[in-house]
Amino acid sequence: MSATTEPQQTNAATAQPETMTWDSRSRRMVTIYVPLACFLIILLFPFYWMTITAFKPNAELYDYNTHNPFWITSPTLDHIRLLLFGTAYPRWLLTTMMVAFCATFLSLFSSTLAAYAIQRLRYKGSQYVGLGIYLAYLVPPSILFIPLATMVFQLGLFDSPLALILVYPTFLIPFCTWLLIGYFKSIPFELEECALIDGATRLQILRQITLPLAVPGLISAGIFSFTLSWNEFIYALAFIQSSENKTVPVAILTELVTGDVYQWGALMAGSLLGSLPVAIFYSFFVDYYVSSLTGAVKE
Amino acid sequence: MSAVAEKEWVRQAKAQSALSKLFDWKPFLVVMCMLPAVGLLMVFLTYPLGLGIWLAFTDTTIGRSGRFVGLENFEFMLEDPIWWNAVFFSVFYTGIATIGKFGLGLWLALLLNNHLPFKSMLRAIILLPWIVPTVLTAIAFWWIYNPQFSIISWIFIELGLRTTNIDFINTAWPARWSLIGANIWRGIPFVAISLLAGLQTISPSLYEAALLDGSTGWQRFRYITFPMLLPILAIVMTFSIIFTFTDFQLVYAITRGGPVNSTHLLATLAFQRGIPGGQLGEGAAIAVSMIPFLVFATLFSYFALARRKWQQGESND
Repeated sequence: MSATTEPQQTNAATAQPETMTWDSRSRRMVTIYVPLACFLIILLFPFYWMTITAFKPNAELYDYNTHNPFWITSPTLDHIRLLLFGTAYPRWLLTTMMVAFCATFLSLFSSTLAAYAIQRLRYKGSQYVGLGIYLAYLVPPSILFIPLATMVFQLGLFDSPLALILVYPTFLIPFCTWLLIGYFKSIPFELEECALIDGATRLQILRQITLPLAVPGLISAGIFSFTLSWNEFIYALAFIQSSENKTVPVAILTELVTGDVYQWGALMAGSLLGSLPVAIFYSFFVDYYVSSLTGAVKE
Repeated sequence: MSAVAEKEWVRQAKAQSALSKLFDWKPFLVVMCMLPAVGLLMVFLTYPLGLGIWLAFTDTTIGRSGRFVGLENFEFMLEDPIWWNAVFFSVFYTGIATIGKFGLGLWLALLLNNHLPFKSMLRAIILLPWIVPTVLTAIAFWWIYNPQFSIISWIFIELGLRTTNIDFINTAWPARWSLIGANIWRGIPFVAISLLAGLQTISPSLYEAALLDGSTGWQRFRYITFPMLLPILAIVMTFSIIFTFTDFQLVYAITRGGPVNSTHLLATLAFQRGIPGGQLGEGAAIAVSMIPFLVFATLFSYFALARRKWQQGESND
């Protein structure tokens, strides 16, 4: 009985696992596990290659014939040392983290209020405002970066991380609002009615009833915003010029790639270290993340 | 119990100051709630969008505000073979990458929809390429595509399939395919996880009924899975097309539009002309020229796929 409530695939073998013969099991092996293993290998290979390059000494890095390229015989921390002490990498990490946290906070704050107003206060025309915010998500940064660059220049924010903090919410707010509207919808309205009857003000309701219930939604919106701000590239490339204010993705590409001889070891170490904070942050909350992603798509 | 609640209520009612009354007045509250989000979006999204369209009609350069030049930028653009090449590559890149992403992503979603051990861990691992900053994985691909030390070349040579290194990014067509490959790699996880969510909403009873009617696996996919998946497919595809067409990071990181401008997307061309080149007006015109394609792609995927969704909804409800 439990088998029927579980999501099923079109394969007859999964519908009746108890009647599985050797034949259907080997068939399952070929049709499911082998392709899945191929997908996993291809999806993970660049990360493996990044990691292994970051710890390889240069002698092994550029000599595939005497050393097996898939393994390291004498791992080294030289590339990471060069990165941490020979470049401004720690500074870039700090800047990126600061920008990502501030932008996330700003967009969570504004989109929580907006989502609450759209979903729960239900004023006249709230649907259209919701639709407008949703449409804002469809405007890609590639169209906006030139006019934004002139604006940032006129506001005197050029080369300042503050410009990034103010601009990032433009692509964070639409998704967060959309996600939180869905989340608020799932919270029973009766809870708020009870509080209203008990004489609570709207803001009290939001702070003491709705928000605590919406914590999982807030967490996933937060992770989403954080990873997106961490990954953002084109605005950071266009608005920031001085080396010490650059974010990690931009800095690796523009500061570490110098001349014709690329320091591949250091480049890969930089990419690895730049990916780690997001990967770690994400792994803590992966369940929230996946469920909200799938939930938001279902809406 | 009720006495306590009543006491509480009385105290609250007395404590209401003018300020909290103001915050309980709905129109004011609505304005206050919407102000941060709408204000930020207006100032940093709507206004720049209009400003960008205005800039496209001026000859603004960095450090000098321009004057209105009418359609001059667009006329110049239409005579520019590099722009036409960028249009071609943007469309080609979007088309092939979307087909690849959705084909492979759907396959992966179908695989993940089976009973598998470590299901949630698998999903988490599969999402990794999508979480990690694009530029950083692009640099990894740049290294994988290295003309001298490419690991793929090495594997092919070791297996005896080739005798020379594969040329990934030094001539036009291989570079285009390499970029598309990297884009597909990065896009598969999102498509797969979103479609998986769609697959899990399909009721198993439909498959049972089809099984009893003696359907084949392909028939079940064609007449149950695929039509039920179309609504989600439409949304995910619209997003995917928009963000692939306006992609910037991958191309900028791996080829910067080279060799000889053959892999410029419209976004990278707009950047090259606008920011390092300083021709803001011209860059804005190139960026604005993306808008018709985007509107067309959105309408196409919406009407081609969502129309079916309405039919689906009517016959199902």
